[in-house]
Amino acid sequence: MSGSERPLSPHLHIYRWEVTMATSILHRASGVFLGLGTLLLAWWLLALASGPQAFGTVHAFLTYWVGRLVLFGFTWALVYHLLNGIRHLFWDAGHGFELPVAARSGITVIVGSILLTLLAWAYGYGLIGGAL
Amino acid sequence: MSLRSPLGRIRGLGPAHEGASHWWMQRLTALALIPLVLWFVTSMAGLARADYDVVVAWASRPLVSVLMLTLILAGFYHLKLGLQVVIEDYIHDRFLKMTAQVAVIFFSFTTAIACLFAVLKLALGN
Repeated sequence: MSGSERPLSPHLHIYRWEVTMATSILHRASGVFLGLGTLLLAWWLLALASGPQAFGTVHAFLTYWVGRLVLFGFTWALVYHLLNGIRHLFWDAGHGFELPVAARSGITVIVGSILLTLLAWAYGYGLIGGAL
Repeated sequence: MSLRSPLGRIRGLGPAHEGASHWWMQRLTALALIPLVLWFVTSMAGLARADYDVVVAWASRPLVSVLMLTLILAGFYHLKLGLQVVIEDYIHDRFLKMTAQVAVIFFSFTTAIACLFAVLKLALGN
């Protein structure tokens, strides 16, 4: 079997990073990260079902700066995975495979995920939108 | 050109006899999760400054319970399928791969059940 004509997987040390590569690996990384995030969701829900004292403990963690940072990370991971997932669904339907289109949609997803995350947090802090 | 045997082509199933169901279920859950996640993020942001009673009242509403249960089922199924593929791609040692797969399934089920139980208790228990 001659190996020379076959395409090689990217060798990351010598390979120039592309938007499509970055969005691909970020999709997996955010997915795995969200898997860990389900523990926070389970903790929050169980505490809510347990009573005010347990809920107060979760709330104290989430309002502490470490908790805020973790929660911000999970928000971004969730929004990014959502937007890039929609991009994947378009690919599954056979659309958007051309390289310039794939690069542009990748940039859109990254910028969009940052904007939507900031929007959600601005809403959470009551900076925009009405009270619940 | 296909490397499949004629019999395999007719049956349309892979060696695990599941065919494309893994791929299909990952997309189906993804599709369901689009509106559910948008609703979830909006709800969480809306509840960010709410105190305990307000959050409990929110979680006790039937519509919220139904949406949360759907989100949890679709989400953890999607998570299990996704992590399975990540393990298949990156872990090649047979023993480690099996251990990781079993760990992912146990983790997904246990965490999902914890979430489901909490939502049901909030919906029915008070």
